[in-house]
Amino acid sequence: MAKTILPIGPYHPLQEEPEFFTLTLDGETVVDVDVRLGYNHRGIEKLSERKTFDQSTFLVERICGICSTSHPFAFCQAVEDVIPLEVPLRAKYIRTIIAEGERIHSHLLWLGLAGHFLGYNTVYMWAWKLREEILDAMEILSGNRNNYAMFKPGGVRRDIKPEDIPAVLKKVDSIVPTLEMLKNAVIDDPVLHARLKGVGILSRQKSIDYSALGPTSRASGVARDVRKDSPYGAYDQMEWTMIVTQNGDVFDKAVVRILETFESVNIMKYCLEHLPPGEIDAHITSLPPGEGIGHIEAPRGETFHYVLSDGTNRPARHKVRAPSFMNIPTFKATVVGQELSDATIILASVDPCYCCTERVAVRDTKGEKLFNGKELLRLSWAKTERIKKELGVP
Amino acid sequence: MSVTLNALLKSPWVFHLSTGSCNNCDIEVLDCLTPRFDIERFGMLLAGSIKHADVLLVTGSCNRQSAERLKRLYDQVPKPCLVVAIGECSQSRGMFIHSYNCPKPLDAIIPVDVYIPGCPPKPEAIIAGVVNLIQKVKGAA
Ligand code: SF4
Repeated sequence: MAKTILPIGPYHPLQEEPEFFTLTLDGETVVDVDVRLGYNHRGIEKLSERKTFDQSTFLVERICGICSTSHPFAFCQAVEDVIPLEVPLRAKYIRTIIAEGERIHSHLLWLGLAGHFLGYNTVYMWAWKLREEILDAMEILSGNRNNYAMFKPGGVRRDIKPEDIPAVLKKVDSIVPTLEMLKNAVIDDPVLHARLKGVGILSRQKSIDYSALGPTSRASGVARDVRKDSPYGAYDQMEWTMIVTQNGDVFDKAVVRILETFESVNIMKYCLEHLPPGEIDAHITSLPPGEGIGHIEAPRGETFHYVLSDGTNRPARHKVRAPSFMNIPTFKATVVGQELSDATIILASVDPCYCCTERVAVRDTKGEKLFNGKELLRLSWAKTERIKKELGVP
Repeated sequence: MSVTLNALLKSPWVFHLSTGSCNNCDIEVLDCLTPRFDIERFGMLLAGSIKHADVLLVTGSCNRQSAERLKRLYDQVPKPCLVVAIGECSQSRGMFIHSYNCPKPLDAIIPVDVYIPGCPPKPEAIIAGVVNLIQKVKGAA
């Protein structure tokens, strides 16, 4: 049978790395996948060199809207590493609170979109509705729904007022029952078991070979989390569990993310309840020449920043490596050999980008359009329906 | 007002296009579609294909690769169509104005009808912007 080429993208609004996937199909089976980047390139590393360290914090916040805490967090740590300097404990706690809030909203966002790709639009709407509660909490804490602008080299920009804490705790607590329900809905649902188990497996060895990061690798049994391995912020101050599962399929990736959300809720609550008094800023006045690195665990994996200082108020070189950059190549290991109707959810399981799927088109080799994104989604929904029917679930 | 435009405003189908953004604007656009804000109440629907769209919601700072594709996509929209620029990026290129890869602002590439400032604009602001758009078109009748 003639090979079919399926381009996905290039427009990709939902992640820091825009991708253009080309799936090569043999009938229904994916035989190859290719990725092209660059549609979202804004020259941030270069721009950073003409901004001061304080200004760059805002710039790196805008690398990715979902990771708008992870990048400033890693960047500030890199700058602090140049001196080197210890941030006040209160600032560490506040940083941790914001970072965990971001993880909760990011994982919920993913859960919703994964539900959408499977034809579970109720999950989509529920998860996003739940996410609003966290965004409200973040708005109380920082004044912003996204792009929190809380970070600065040396500490945080705003303090958390004691009178705000009960309201935030209430908001954070309010998501737990619904989250519990969503968890049970995913973990116990026979349809999802049939649909997701054994699909898009990333083996432990492959995960290590590809240097996969974050939930993508933890679902394959690689127990690696920067929060545990090289504690930063306030993560060494409390007890929490790193979620690791063994199978590496889409189901496990979903489970890791959902269970992690519970951990994040606990970490966030602990920090809010045990917020130590004191300074929130170490007041950096100048930076010596030197190099610094900062790495933190973003919702999708390790975010890494490198800063070279020449003693002026601007970085002489600034390098950023976001986690999806490492995770996207794992498609070579997960998508190849799978059915086309599973491709959407496998690509989404790494949490790379969602909107690109809206612009999917299947083309034959002559470039004639056969399917668009909607139809590919429909293919995925139809498979879920088929499994439902087979299992006799309404 | 032309009959087509009048009909279009009853239930504008929106197509969301990112031209190199940080995705926050895009998430806020999606937020508008989910239960808290739910713009489907007003008949607005996210169109799956640009050929079904009446309103283009454009975010991002138009980098060199996407600017070309943006022009091509704009040519594919059935006219009349309305263009909404969402976020600072799509207006002045915001933080990326000095970037080597963001040569032109959006409105130098395609005509823009409404600007919604903010980085990112809140969903309330996006809804207000779309309402303004409708009023502007009606006022121009
Ligand atoms: S306007 Fe701000 S939030 Fe929107 S895409 Fe640009 S940088 Fe991101």
